Amino acid sequence: MSHALNTQTPPPAPSTLRGARLPKWAPYVIAAGSVAAGCGIGLAGGLDSRIQWGLIASILFLLVTYLLAAKVEGGRQAKDRMATSVVWVAFLLAVIPLVSLIWETVARGIKVLDGYFLTHSMGVLADTDVGGGIYHALIGTLEQVGLATLMAVPVGLLTAIYLVEYGRGKLAKAVTFFVDVMTGIPSIVAGLFILSFWILILGQGYSGFAGAMALAILMMPVVVRSTEEMLKLVPNELREASLALGVPKWRTILKVVLPTSLGGITTGVMLAVARIAGETAPVLLLVWGNPLINTNPFDGPQASLPLYIYQQYANSAGSPAAYDRAWAAALTLIILIMLLNLVARGIARWKAPKTGR
Amino acid sequence: MSHDIARRSDDGGSWKELPKVKLQRMNRRALTLGALAVSGALALTACGSDDTSGGSGGTNTAAAPDTSNIKCDDAKGQLLANGSSAQANAIQTWIKAYTAACKGVQINYKAEGSGAGVTAFLQGQTAFAGSDSALKPDELTESAKVCKDSQAIDLPMVGGPIAVGYNVPGVDKLVLDAKTLAEIFNNKITTWNDPKIEKLNPDAKLPDTKIQAFHRSDESGTTDNLTKYLKAAAPDAWPYEPGKAWEPKGGQSAQGSSGVAQQVKQTSGSISYMELSYAKDGIKTVAIDTGASAPVEANVDNATKAIADAKVVGKGKDLALELNYATKAEGAYPITLVTYEIVCEKGNKAETLPAVKSFLGYAASEEGQATLKDQGYAPIPAEINAKVRETIAALS
Amino acid sequence: MDISPSTTAPPPPQDAQPKPISHKAAARGATRPGDRVFLGLSRGSGILLLLIMAAIAAFLTYRASIVLSKNEGNFLTTFEWDANAIPPYFGIAVLAFGTIVSSIIAMVIAVPIAVGIALFITHYAPRKLSGPIAYVVDLLAAVPSIVYGLWGALFLVPHLTGLFSWLDQFFGWTGVFEWQGGAPRSLLTVGILLAIMILPIITNVSREVFRQAPQMHQEAALALGATRWEVIRMSVLPFGRSGIISASMLGLGRALGETMAVATVLSPSFLINASILDPGGGTFAQNIASKFSEATEQGRDALIASGLVLFVITLLVNGAARAIIARRKEYSGANA
Repeated sequence: MSHALNTQTPPPAPSTLRGARLPKWAPYVIAAGSVAAGCGIGLAGGLDSRIQWGLIASILFLLVTYLLAAKVEGGRQAKDRMATSVVWVAFLLAVIPLVSLIWETVARGIKVLDGYFLTHSMGVLADTDVGGGIYHALIGTLEQVGLATLMAVPVGLLTAIYLVEYGRGKLAKAVTFFVDVMTGIPSIVAGLFILSFWILILGQGYSGFAGAMALAILMMPVVVRSTEEMLKLVPNELREASLALGVPKWRTILKVVLPTSLGGITTGVMLAVARIAGETAPVLLLVWGNPLINTNPFDGPQASLPLYIYQQYANSAGSPAAYDRAWAAALTLIILIMLLNLVARGIARWKAPKTGR
Repeated sequence: MSHDIARRSDDGGSWKELPKVKLQRMNRRALTLGALAVSGALALTACGSDDTSGGSGGTNTAAAPDTSNIKCDDAKGQLLANGSSAQANAIQTWIKAYTAACKGVQINYKAEGSGAGVTAFLQGQTAFAGSDSALKPDELTESAKVCKDSQAIDLPMVGGPIAVGYNVPGVDKLVLDAKTLAEIFNNKITTWNDPKIEKLNPDAKLPDTKIQAFHRSDESGTTDNLTKYLKAAAPDAWPYEPGKAWEPKGGQSAQGSSGVAQQVKQTSGSISYMELSYAKDGIKTVAIDTGASAPVEANVDNATKAIADAKVVGKGKDLALELNYATKAEGAYPITLVTYEIVCEKGNKAETLPAVKSFLGYAASEEGQATLKDQGYAPIPAEINAKVRETIAALS
Repeated sequence: MDISPSTTAPPPPQDAQPKPISHKAAARGATRPGDRVFLGLSRGSGILLLLIMAAIAAFLTYRASIVLSKNEGNFLTTFEWDANAIPPYFGIAVLAFGTIVSSIIAMVIAVPIAVGIALFITHYAPRKLSGPIAYVVDLLAAVPSIVYGLWGALFLVPHLTGLFSWLDQFFGWTGVFEWQGGAPRSLLTVGILLAIMILPIITNVSREVFRQAPQMHQEAALALGATRWEVIRMSVLPFGRSGIISASMLGLGRALGETMAVATVLSPSFLINASILDPGGGTFAQNIASKFSEATEQGRDALIASGLVLFVITLLVNGAARAIIARRKEYSGANA
């Protein structure tokens, strides 16, 4: 947070010497005025989209700020104020949809989210019926993500160790490059790959495991990247000390390097888990979906939360009951992912290297 | 975040002082946490339930269908099926009644689409497939792989009208004929107060808004049947070949019957086609002027009359039907669809065979067929239905 | 962590860590059996990753080649997708158009706003606010795309009608913003939704870059009497330019491959429409998800072929982004 110094710096002296400054409250007043004007124009002009009201208000705000500042403070200061306003407007513009997303999900999701919803599957209910729950989908998601983690973490960890501790030459360069590229694989392509390889060519059935393999492909590069970063942070003195004592390199890695960076690695893994828990496309192609509880990910179709949301949205012909369930499932999924994120951050803070400050 | 840490590790000197003992203690704590998480997840797996009949889900007050005649025999285990979304509502009704009577069976019908159903069946993934169209010759040949040298057969199980649903405020009744319908879906007629529509609806107050014609963005048996009808009844106005994919360019689209129904509900001035069971909650249906004395409403009885005209064209045990789309019979609704269950004639998997026979037997029984009317489906004519039951009893 | 210990020197590039020692140690240690096993394991994992990438390309190419040899249409220029028919007739022209147009719209909207938010967090926000905001943006990057899709379809689409009719009213004459008045489920809708989705990613990466902008330059500019905007324009933005580009490329990669959110809000159709408000076009990923269910085996192969194209495109975009990042690393090292 080295910028901190900067933001606290008082405005440069020359401007105060010049004297003419807009009062401190000016931006707020202009903002309030623009919002009022935006709403007024919107109401008077009969514009039914709130988005337009907001756009009009923001444009007014920018214009008025610039003109006023140009008149009172001069060109350079006006540009500065303009930039400040643009940045603020950009921030507010972006915040509105994001807040609305969270708000809608919570407000609409809370309706049917209760103990019953969490502990029951859809059973034999039709998509348009009231009732039912997400238990089966929750189990499916946890198992698929768990399996994917079991597959991806060892491979990812070992690859990162290879890159940091051993890697030299062409192989390491190739691995680094393709790990980078692999982070960008669209999830549906990973799904198609497992589909063509596992289901079409090997003739296996749809199962939670098939989905987990696709998720593992999406997860591996993320784990490699974050682990690599963490391993690089381990000071070489630790390694040298251990090696100097005659400890073999592999034991050094296992007993000194890994434990030291464990916090960071765990954080990276958790974030990767949070990322794949919300993937829908591969699950849609590979896990099939199932309204009933299936606790065995290796045999038969399973459900999963993202897929459940999609199915409740898509197969219900606009039935309000199904929409309620979709929102509630979305809320559950977001809570699940936020929890993972929080745990990851907690671990990061708890295990973070102490700096002795 | 990584940068914060990077900064802090600049003065890596303090690292050496990190006592190793502490590290290990932390690891143990991390392990405990992990163990807690795992055992928590395990505990979670023990408390769920598939029984949705009670609790807050108990609002299904619709009278439970009569299940006393369901023969479970020795059916048990899980039945996997995939296919047509057109029959999804019917299958869900049957499953509800059937699994209430036969507790040992679980049925998972995924309404992914006829194509997916047939593909999955031919790969041996499912016990039966639901399809809106009978198997094609090459699919029949391919089925020998799954059916161990026998063949797959089509069993017509449920029929139904394809309703043309619309949402035009102030218009409660609408009559269209094949030609106008074709021109609407072909984007030739673009406003609701077009003279051609006004001529058929002299009493209606048609607005001058644009027509939003929705079609299916995915391939579908429903599209197939509608385009077959348009081609048969209005060949001049419909220049396209009938098929599962929507050929005309332009117009709006949505995924699945459910998707188009959703859009029609939300969009004023819209029109689309869907199975009757989806045309509810504010979607009104068009009556078709077939050339009979009065326009024909889309309802179950009228569809039954049209399906009664159907001929069996399948060979041997295969009961594929051919519908007469150009029918002008009194009160026969011409845009209908018959959906099939596809199973192996012989060589079904031993572990699922009893359940397949028992479940399909129930679906084809009089009770099974009778439950369909409320859902907007038409039962299969008695004569054909009798053959279906015979065939199901003989499956092996 | 309030104020970094020294503002005089940025951290040395990580590559500068004394590596050679560990390498020598590796060479000596590798004689022990435990070391050989461990080296084998870790190198094996690296190779496994390469194999997976190769396998993805190989399997997709294999399945695609089966159907492409039968294709009656031109894979690149045909405006139809009749892949289940025998013989199949399909092409990716419309999909490529829709993917590119929706991604461009998303980038045009998202990049300036994301850069704005990043600057807001690093240089403008009150200090108490900037931490929590950065944190929330981080969390938003983790919201699953299906939730964005659900929100887009049930909340955003109904709220766009006004904007669409306004655009049609004032800019309809351009042809690009002409609107027939259907449900607002067009490429523009998709672009807006994608913009919202990639906003957090671009913000996160650019924020990290801006934060690394040399403090000395900024302080020097301030000392010369520059306004805050001049400081940013003269020292922060030039430093962060390649960072912004690579962040945008990462966002672009995500926008190109986004599936479920597009599938829920778009009204796809196989024609190219000059207007971005009317239905027209589709995207690769959306087309795969929505055509998959009715596809026969041949139809699936055709979808896999289109997936291969998407794979190659995202590969190129990501490769380019990484190349830019790699170059920047050297640049920043030299600059410090």
